Amino acid sequence: MSELTTTNNGPSTWQRFAARARSVNPIYVIMILLLLGVGYLNPRFLEVNGFLAFLRRAAPIMILTAGQLYVLVSGGFDLSVGSIVTLVVIGGALMIDNDPANTWWVILVLLAGGVVVGLVNGFIVAYLKVPSLIATLGMLLVLRGAGLYWSGGAPRGYLTDNFRIFGRGNIENLPLVDKFPYAVIVLAIVGILATYLFHRMVYGRQLLALGDNPRAAKLSGVRTNRVRILAFVISAVSAVIAGILLGGFSGVNIEAGTGLELQAISAAVLGGAVLLGGSGSVPAAMAGALALELLFALLNLLGLPKPLRDAVQGLIIISAVAYAALGTRRSK
Amino acid sequence: MLNKKWLLTLIAILALLLTLVACSSSDTSDETTADETVAEETTDDETMAEDQSDDAAMEEESSGSAMDSEAAMVADEFFSQEQYDRSMRQMTMEAEGPADQPWIQMLEPEMIDTSEYAKEGPYTFCFSNAGVNNPWRVVGYTTMLAEVDLHPEIEEFIHVDAEGSDEKQISDIADLVAGGNCDVLIVSPNTTAALTPAVEQACEELPVLVFDRGVFTECPVSFIQPIGGYAFGQAGAQYIIDNCEGDCNVLALRILPGVDVLEERWAAAKIAFEGADNINVVGVEFGDGDNAKVKSIVTDYLDRFGHIDAVWMDAGATAVAALEAFEDAGADYPIIVGEDQQDFLVKWQENGLSGISPTFPTFQWRTPIIAGLHVMNGEEVPAVWRLPQPTITNENLDTYVQPNMPPLHYAMCGCEDMPGFPENWGGQ
Repeated sequence: MSELTTTNNGPSTWQRFAARARSVNPIYVIMILLLLGVGYLNPRFLEVNGFLAFLRRAAPIMILTAGQLYVLVSGGFDLSVGSIVTLVVIGGALMIDNDPANTWWVILVLLAGGVVVGLVNGFIVAYLKVPSLIATLGMLLVLRGAGLYWSGGAPRGYLTDNFRIFGRGNIENLPLVDKFPYAVIVLAIVGILATYLFHRMVYGRQLLALGDNPRAAKLSGVRTNRVRILAFVISAVSAVIAGILLGGFSGVNIEAGTGLELQAISAAVLGGAVLLGGSGSVPAAMAGALALELLFALLNLLGLPKPLRDAVQGLIIISAVAYAALGTRRSK
Repeated sequence: MLNKKWLLTLIAILALLLTLVACSSSDTSDETTADETVAEETTDDETMAEDQSDDAAMEEESSGSAMDSEAAMVADEFFSQEQYDRSMRQMTMEAEGPADQPWIQMLEPEMIDTSEYAKEGPYTFCFSNAGVNNPWRVVGYTTMLAEVDLHPEIEEFIHVDAEGSDEKQISDIADLVAGGNCDVLIVSPNTTAALTPAVEQACEELPVLVFDRGVFTECPVSFIQPIGGYAFGQAGAQYIIDNCEGDCNVLALRILPGVDVLEERWAAAKIAFEGADNINVVGVEFGDGDNAKVKSIVTDYLDRFGHIDAVWMDAGATAVAALEAFEDAGADYPIIVGEDQQDFLVKWQENGLSGISPTFPTFQWRTPIIAGLHVMNGEEVPAVWRLPQPTITNENLDTYVQPNMPPLHYAMCGCEDMPGFPENWGGQ
């Protein structure tokens, strides 16, 4: 937007409008189109409560995508987030052990666990120089195995109501909307924090520099290892938060979390993040996640079978990456 | 600079959406216009109808057009009229054997002589397991281990876990046979067709017992299985038909297509629904056994149809998630078909729901050990050991609710009197 000039003898109104329109990330347009499409098929969607209920459903993947974006921008991948979600759901139920009084320390333990997983991921990538794809794939297997071992293959215990309230509960009896999901509040807080850190603080710029050209970043004084490790920590913590919301939404289930890492990566790419780093935007990535969920809802409302849904997701990833690559080549 | 990119994406996405809309309207247009559709829509692909084409064509009109959707299809290879009739017959029969030990009961047994395998103990039993990868199999395997412990004459029990892989299970079986230590080989096949040759080869070397899922060969000494999928599916559907008043919107939730047991369950339910004139099947969906997906699907259907009166499921693992979708939407609980998992039974009891749980009982994991000992002693066993398949109803629900057991414990384990219960099953 900085190239816009507002002097009197500058570009005409139309040109200015066009320039502004062009600078808008296409994901927002896609998101709005999908929203209208879903709303057309199911009008309840465009009502405040219907939309909030949908946001609650989409909150976990949106949060996961915001975290994943940090790692993508740094030039890596975090494949371990799906199994972090699984472990949060299973481990949360095991540790709470049906006693609501345990909920609060369990949430703290889970978040601390997220920090540890992120630190380990980051350390392996930054210091041991293991490619992030391999490091986090290994972590995925470790965590999945740990979850299965810990629970003996079948989850035990329930998630108590005060744990599930984040993913399932509403603030009741509000003016204007009769209920407001807690998950949407969590989503808003995480979204604002992630956006602020990425777009308004030095850390975000260092991360972009690292992803764009690690050597140049290092030479210009960025402590690349520290920046990289922090990205993995943010991703893992976002996965814990997503896991708490998802467990709250759907209850104990060993299927919880499977495949979410790929959804988060495709959502971020859909939002304009460049794989292998150097470019991306938090709000756009989260919009990408919402668009993906909207797309699934649309395909569902149209009555399309699941295999076709998977195929569509694959097509979107391919076309998004292709178009990103096209853009990069031209600008260089 | 962004101009071209921008346009390109928009065009691509629009084209994609248009294609999707076009594709879907050609084969599922009847779904969106549920009420105008008439019976003629039945396509050639609807193979299930062929077996009873006359009846089905007439009855088609009464059921909703969601029955024509792709998710509602049952492929030819998964439907056998003979097996369907057998299941229906056996559900009303009294099983032979002690009623308090259903795992040694049998239906319509044809006993065969096993004296050729008779052998002095102690024995080594080998078990090639498809996997211990879901709660049902965890409960079953725990029960099987407890059964082994009951028999000191089984000196060694060798368990090989195929982790859900056909290839691994084929080589597992070959290794067990080549090892030469096994006196009996028990197989729970991962998939039917793929494991058949491996089982056939093992049959040449030692007595083989197959249970849980089947193989396409009669070489095993005994094949152990409960009455089967048709009876499971029919019991739930019939309960809905009998208990739903007036015009009844039914949502059918399946896990995934292409698994024989699950296809049979749906096939039988479909026949029952098509034969009932108060049933309007508004949707047939696959939920992948994932709570979050099931909850989203049910929420979408509640939005779309206003009220859903009954939910039929081909497996109960996600029944609680389906019920929660009704709670969250502020809708009345539906008539519900679940399974014998504790989380569902507890919810059913707490809320006084109208429900039913057909079961695929985990007590069947005890039977192969017992059958194996029969074979070692040269005693007769049935060629097909058909186990009873109890159903949990509103009346007997209280006897199956076990608050001390974990939420995903299966009540029909027949393991309550075994040593190590409840701790070994995760209970308190």
